[in-house]
Amino acid sequence: MAGLADLTLAEARDGLRNKDFSALELAEAEITAVEAARGLNAFITETPERALAQAQRSDARLAKGEGLALDGLPLAIKDLFCTEGTLTTAASHILDGFTPRYESTVTAKLWAAGAVMLGKTNLDEFAMGSSSTQSHYGPVENPWRQAGEDRPLVPGGSSGGSAAAVAARAGLGATGTDTGGSIRQPASFCGVVGMKPTYGRCSRFGIVAFASSLDQAGPFARTVRDCAILLGAMAGYDPRDSTSADVEVPDFEAALSGDVRGLKVGIPDEYRVDGMGGEIEKLWRQGIDWLEGAGAETVEISLPHTRYALPCYYILAPAEASANLARYDGVRYGLRVPGDSIDEMYENTRAEGFGQEVKRRVLIGTYVLSAGYYDAYYLKAQRVRTLISRDFTEAFEKADVILTPTTPSAAFAVGEKMDDPIAMYLNDVFTVPASLAGLPGISLPAGLSDAGLPLGLQLIGRAFDEETVLRTAGVLEDAAAFDARPGRGVGE
Amino acid sequence: MSLDKATVAKIARLARIKVPDDDLAALAGELSNILDWIEQLNEVDTRDVPPMTHVAAMKLKWRQDEVTGAAPRDDVIANAPEERDGFFTVPKVLE
Amino acid sequence: MTLIEGRTGEWECVIGLEIHAQVISKAKLFSGAPTDFGAEPNTQVSFVDAAMPGMLPVINGFCVEQAVRTGLGLEAEINLTSVFDRKNYFYPDLPQGYQISQFPLPIVGKGSITLDLEGGETRTIGIERLHLEQDAGKSLHDREPGATYIDLNRSGVALMEIVSEPDMRSAEEAGAYIRKLRSILRYLGTCDGNMEEGSLRADVNVSVRRPGEDLGTRCEIKNVNSVRFVQQAIEYEAARQIDIIEDGGVIAQETRLFDPSRGETRPMRTKEESHDYRYFPDPDLLPLELDAEWVADIKASLPELPEAKKARFMADLDLDAYDAGVLVAERETAEYFEAVAEGRDAKACANWVMGDLFAALNKAGLGINEAPVSAASLGALIDLIDDGTISRRIAKEVFETMWRTGSKDAAAIVAEKGLEQISDSGAIEAEIDKVIAANPGQVAAFKGGNEKVIGWFVGQIMKATEGKANPRTVNEILRRKLAD
Repeated sequence: MAGLADLTLAEARDGLRNKDFSALELAEAEITAVEAARGLNAFITETPERALAQAQRSDARLAKGEGLALDGLPLAIKDLFCTEGTLTTAASHILDGFTPRYESTVTAKLWAAGAVMLGKTNLDEFAMGSSSTQSHYGPVENPWRQAGEDRPLVPGGSSGGSAAAVAARAGLGATGTDTGGSIRQPASFCGVVGMKPTYGRCSRFGIVAFASSLDQAGPFARTVRDCAILLGAMAGYDPRDSTSADVEVPDFEAALSGDVRGLKVGIPDEYRVDGMGGEIEKLWRQGIDWLEGAGAETVEISLPHTRYALPCYYILAPAEASANLARYDGVRYGLRVPGDSIDEMYENTRAEGFGQEVKRRVLIGTYVLSAGYYDAYYLKAQRVRTLISRDFTEAFEKADVILTPTTPSAAFAVGEKMDDPIAMYLNDVFTVPASLAGLPGISLPAGLSDAGLPLGLQLIGRAFDEETVLRTAGVLEDAAAFDARPGRGVGE
Repeated sequence: MSLDKATVAKIARLARIKVPDDDLAALAGELSNILDWIEQLNEVDTRDVPPMTHVAAMKLKWRQDEVTGAAPRDDVIANAPEERDGFFTVPKVLE
Repeated sequence: MTLIEGRTGEWECVIGLEIHAQVISKAKLFSGAPTDFGAEPNTQVSFVDAAMPGMLPVINGFCVEQAVRTGLGLEAEINLTSVFDRKNYFYPDLPQGYQISQFPLPIVGKGSITLDLEGGETRTIGIERLHLEQDAGKSLHDREPGATYIDLNRSGVALMEIVSEPDMRSAEEAGAYIRKLRSILRYLGTCDGNMEEGSLRADVNVSVRRPGEDLGTRCEIKNVNSVRFVQQAIEYEAARQIDIIEDGGVIAQETRLFDPSRGETRPMRTKEESHDYRYFPDPDLLPLELDAEWVADIKASLPELPEAKKARFMADLDLDAYDAGVLVAERETAEYFEAVAEGRDAKACANWVMGDLFAALNKAGLGINEAPVSAASLGALIDLIDDGTISRRIAKEVFETMWRTGSKDAAAIVAEKGLEQISDSGAIEAEIDKVIAANPGQVAAFKGGNEKVIGWFVGQIMKATEGKANPRTVNEILRRKLAD
């Protein structure tokens, strides 16, 4: 059954329902694809036995005509979601050997919908990073290469393993989490679709926390429709998460009407930042043309505090992280490095257990909350966050959806920007503002750079209006007709 | 904001992360660079702007006072690096 | 004002208390794990309480209600919006590495407690605030040398931290404050006040100063778990601080521990400089918002509290301040008393409860809820005195029998033992005649003006009737006869 792993998630779903092939056959094809893509280091843990067992149960249901929404569809799960009985690492040494006795709400919903788990994907440790190189389990490689070169490129991050796996056809879709761009930026770097829904749309219960007021789960897939299908299964109110929104989950797939006539698309002037490549600018222009061609109306909008979003984020996220990561102390689970006193044990464990970027952020976060600095940093950043959020509120009085590039550049080489944290942070310049405002955003591949690498466009919507985001993304996707494929790890 | 070595040592201690003395200077430089960059925020006039702690425009929901159960003890201590007689154990704490 | 005599003059001790009161609830503050005391280690722990990765807090609404009820009972402001903060510090029995607490915006603001001091005096102690927070687990340091054992059963149990103003001036006042607060909490049903089980713990802030001067540097004595220890700790600490200052030293602001076996305080080994709690709003929780009507409903449902009850006992039942104060101190006592006094003479009932009943309870080491004589039975016994069936003296005997045998029926005991009072004046007169005839000397003494002899005569007659004669009838007849 060659080519099964090449299907879109929607095609595979329909094929299973038509009994063109079995869930077991599909799972086997995907397991083969995962093995073929091992060079990318996209997975920390592969779970083929579990995939086969789940697929068999799916086949039993499908045979009886009792197929569930995602029955038999193999997915990759970011290793930030706790999965009962399966090693969960957050790509950190400090969670050595940690096997949860519980399941995250989002993955539980996926399994309840019949989905099949291929494995747990690699990421930047504790989701802190934009390159997926900051992992205790080694860097993830992007399956894409620059034309004529074989230098390994980063897949973006932090959900780089999920993005790379989906790009390499090792999984029909994947889960990710996005705190400041960790779904959208790697989707853009890997030429796949990735969506961060509205904060509160998906439960955070059972997801290893990075920054609680920003973290949000979302899907990766190769098409907008596939993302809509996955989001429908992942979303929903969860009484175990106090920040989960008690709102109806619409039929996201049904939102893909293909019709954007009369839709007002906001174009924020402030996103024309220094250092943005000409090809990004060109792609953005192209996106505007496509939408106008489909009958949408573009309007100039202003998001005046855009340039402050990154520094604001790099106060708030590390502050929250400094507390969220305090539980990794060597007492109840994970790594313990002995010490003569309790404090030495803590200090040794956390020094050895956390990687460099995590330590950097925990220290920054500790500092900005410490006595005498709270008002100047943390409180100031919270006030700026209010202004950033207001910018969007005002913009959405004029526009229904906002179109921007996803990233200021295409994927860079492994090893680049490693010594310059701020250069690394700048990757998220276009994705962080929507995160701070809690708004839904999607990145979809819209073209190739001069060097032959995928470039993404981002759409940002009103809170809980993922439908407009998806509908617009569907129209852009059709217009872009992106069909380029990565060269590596695809098993061809 | 330039951090000196002593300040870095102090926050590392607060965060319970051992930083060897030899690494303090480099780390101080790195963190100072980040803080300098962050301080762009001082350009923003935030007078009369309330701080934002949550994006969600909703009310905190309450759980009922119902015992939904403890986890089995085996599950609670399953991942413990060290346990004895059902307790987690750590190096002796002096009060 | 209570002052302490030092070597160089008088000193005033200034005391503030932070009381941690465990909220009565079935489940924990942010999880559905049970709160039962005394269970096997780590058996009352949910994944949330153990701070497993990805676990999130969800507030228990009843704990919020209990905090509001307590605030209302302390006549305090209820803040309709309050915020949960993270208080960050490392300790092995604090699984999250932070405690969810409330810092700048607590659920309850300023209130007050009225203390009853000796001699019927009262004193008002300000309450600065009350906030909700999670309890930590328990560290056991003595099970094995070189190791500390951690039990997370209490981790996440709801606590109310009730912070007083530094309004107390002596160990006695501090003791009275804790007892009064505990009484109010018990009346409200929001904390069982059991200090032995740790449901009520005190952090004691003590400083000293010359009368009229500014506040001195304070020391905080952590986690003291009985009223007696609180008082001992204050006395020790005040003396220690006065000694240091009088010797020309200065007080270091520090956290200390009280060692009950030595009756001393000593500094904790954890360094104060390491305490920078980095409070910030918990992003896992939204602000806690209360509906004003909901608060009003709770207020309307509050039980009558000791202050109001005491005032009512004094005004309506004509009890004096002392008796009223004693009877309202514990909710169970007040309830028992009110059940006895219902439709009866309140003073007589108060005497019974505070006299015979308290004495018997004390002797047996029982609480009032464990008394073998119920309020209804005691009431029925008192009725037998009122309607003249038995004398008070006989009633004491009946009470003892009821206590001993657990019999509920005073009337049956009286009937069975033939203890009915003799009110028949003929029978009494006959006895009196006999005694008068047999004791001419005493009669002469009475006639000679010695009034006290009448008591002796009454005693003789009671003895002769085995206490069953109605004392009033005896008195009347005796006086008439002796006057003849």
